[in-house]
Amino acid sequence: MTADAEERAQALWAAATAGDESAATGVAMDALDAGMPMETLLLDVVAAVQARVGHEWAANRISVAQEHTATAVNERVLATLAHRSSRPADQALGRIMVACIDGEWHAFPARLLAEVLKARGWQVDYLGAQVPTPHLVAHLHLTNPDAVALSSSLAIRLPAAHAAISACQAAGTPVVAGGAAFGPDGRYARLLGADAWAPDARTAADLLAAGLPRRITSREERPPLADREYTELTRSAGDLVRDIVADLTRRMPQLAGYSEQQLGRTAEDVAYLVDFLRAALYVDDPELFSSFVGWMTGVLSARDIPEAAVPAALDALADRLDGYPRALHALARARAEHGADPGQRT
Amino acid sequence: MVEMVWEDAPYPMLAISTTGVVEQANQAARLLFAEPLVGARLEHSAPGWLSRAHFGCGGSERHGEIGDRVYQAHAVHATADRTVWWLIDVTGRRHEADSLREWAAFLADASSELLPSLNLDRCLEVTACLAARRLAGAALVVLPRPGRRYAIARCARGGQAVREDAVIDPGTLPGLTEALQGFPPVPARWSAPEDVPGWALCDGSGEVGSVAVIALPGHGLPAGALVLLRGSRDGFSDDERMFARLFALWAGSAIAVARLYVEQAVITETLMSELLPPPTPILDGVELAARYRPAGPSERVGGDFYDVYPVSGSGRESLVVLGDVAGKGLEAAVLTGRIRNTLRALLPLADDHHRVLELLNGVLLNDSATTRYVTLVLASFQPRGRRVEMRLTSAGHPAPLIMRTDGRVEAVPAVGTLIGVLDEITSVTDTVVLEPGETCLLYSDGIIEARGGPLGDEFFGEERLSEQLGQCAGMPPEALAERVQMLASQWVGAGEHDDMAVVAISAPRAPRGGHL
Repeated sequence: MTADAEERAQALWAAATAGDESAATGVAMDALDAGMPMETLLLDVVAAVQARVGHEWAANRISVAQEHTATAVNERVLATLAHRSSRPADQALGRIMVACIDGEWHAFPARLLAEVLKARGWQVDYLGAQVPTPHLVAHLHLTNPDAVALSSSLAIRLPAAHAAISACQAAGTPVVAGGAAFGPDGRYARLLGADAWAPDARTAADLLAAGLPRRITSREERPPLADREYTELTRSAGDLVRDIVADLTRRMPQLAGYSEQQLGRTAEDVAYLVDFLRAALYVDDPELFSSFVGWMTGVLSARDIPEAAVPAALDALADRLDGYPRALHALARARAEHGADPGQRT
Repeated sequence: MVEMVWEDAPYPMLAISTTGVVEQANQAARLLFAEPLVGARLEHSAPGWLSRAHFGCGGSERHGEIGDRVYQAHAVHATADRTVWWLIDVTGRRHEADSLREWAAFLADASSELLPSLNLDRCLEVTACLAARRLAGAALVVLPRPGRRYAIARCARGGQAVREDAVIDPGTLPGLTEALQGFPPVPARWSAPEDVPGWALCDGSGEVGSVAVIALPGHGLPAGALVLLRGSRDGFSDDERMFARLFALWAGSAIAVARLYVEQAVITETLMSELLPPPTPILDGVELAARYRPAGPSERVGGDFYDVYPVSGSGRESLVVLGDVAGKGLEAAVLTGRIRNTLRALLPLADDHHRVLELLNGVLLNDSATTRYVTLVLASFQPRGRRVEMRLTSAGHPAPLIMRTDGRVEAVPAVGTLIGVLDEITSVTDTVVLEPGETCLLYSDGIIEARGGPLGDEFFGEERLSEQLGQCAGMPPEALAERVQMLASQWVGAGEHDDMAVVAISAPRAPRGGHL
């Protein structure tokens, strides 16, 4: 990143977190007027600021309200830039559909890719956040794009991502997957059968420029799940979360004084753990769960939640998942890597 | 005597001694093998596959080529431990089997390439390419479009498909008019190249020796025609005629379904555009954002609705209406359409919310087509300096929430009866002032009645909504509407939910800057 881009990113960050939309669009417009290429502005300024929003929120240096405000301002900047760069689509390049997986709310990365592709001359159909797979397929039949770019940030959407990828391919359209959900090296994108994976918008645009071949998938059979652990855990997730919260209030005396609101938050955190455990079982990778537990431990300790809470929840989960060998293995690994002994550190 | 029979037998015969030397060969065998045979060792005079079969190292493979023919070998054990090989010419059968296998592979390709897509252009292109791969050197698919135009996809063997829309005269290619009408039936036959008009020629198709026109039948209606161009003057073989007809049936079905799909989609789009939530306009001195999510995953409209009218009543105020018709899905959406039209007509009376609701109530009660009711909230507003003055009236709808800059969240009672049930309705209009950075949130009950959460069976509820909003003080309306929609959707998870609508109206924190 150049010093110029860094300086403008700093100015945009200040405007976005202050919720000052006009100052933020001003920063972007000034950059364009000063001759900064659209792609550089999008990726090295706007995207860089958005990434920082995520980091700062995880470290509890900005509030949820500030996070959403900054994101909304950044979205408006993107919208303004989109309006400004009305480059006509280059017929020879083709047409790309960009969408978020069903349940995925983080539309920013997808929107960014859509703008980068438009700036490069593609005809782009941007379908936005949480696109139900039936919508995706219906749209695909109508527009016949050369490829679909699917974005997902959270690994708990991987089962939904699998359904969406398979559906697009069954309709004869290749899929490039992107976003943090697919793992730092894109391993889950490959596992779920995506035709390509891109770590960022620039790579995705390059991949699409090189062209993805259309494949014929109607004769391929989908491999079944390894066992019923994912299915069973999905079915009983609600009951499991209720039981774990009850266990936690017994195991951790601090929780006895929690208000109903705080207990509600605890239940949400436990539900999150169960969701990630399910995703890890789906892709059969204990690493997925362990790295989430590491991230969650960091987020909670930044918010003064007792450090013992995560290991205690892992233990409570392990107690109730007798007969789920893969789940137990994932729990044991996460416990070994991230869980200090709750007995010693309270 | 026996030797006589062998000598004249119509099948080549070789008698091999225990040491592997050819002892006898009949006339057919001597003609088949060019070299002198009798007295030579088998492996020196016969092809490898036959000697391997003889010496027992050929596995079960007892057939192979001799010259340009294919033979099946049968061994008979004769006296003095000799082995007699009879060779049967199976060239014809082999060709037949190969040809059937190729056709089967072609039809399998055709189905797996035609089946996945419901896109009309794609189906036309795939059909042309498939035909050029097996049936002709080049192929065209012609499909009538409205207004004397024709969609044409063409492809030469080994090339890429090209799609264009053109004005052509189908009468210039004999048989095409009939094939496009599907009647009278035309036999699939090849004709002389003098008949091929210029528009039907493909790049790379080379000299045209013959041309054939085949109708594509599509579920009872004609689905275009396939035009095949060949360099040679050979006609169809029997196999080709049969498989070309099969292919035409499959391609025709695929094209017909894709055409139906696109027609339905256009109709739906046209009718739906009236029912879709409107874009939010940019207003002076007020910021506004809205979100809508219908109940079904494959639906785009439902029983919730909102509208924003920049000018209403005597012209000073703008009006936002957010409502919820009983039921969901298309049927409810159609009723929202009628209610929205009625409200638009009542716009000049918007200075008096009660009057508007009364008139709407009367219209719904007299509407014999529906027994449904609606709840709604009317929000009239106008900027006063940096503040926004609002009048709010709720007709059986969840109370609007006011988010103050200090994090307080106030519900505006503004209670009234729902619309379309009782002859007489009651309503109360409340007045609210938004300071800069404060927001009024209108929402439908799909938000608070979202069922799910970490335990899977709790309502999201007004309390949780208010608590969450308390942390959102000062957020711009766009971020806020998004946040509310997201919280409720995440609460529901993969479960079922009702339609969800949110409108956020804010007094801007800072006056709009001049950067644009």
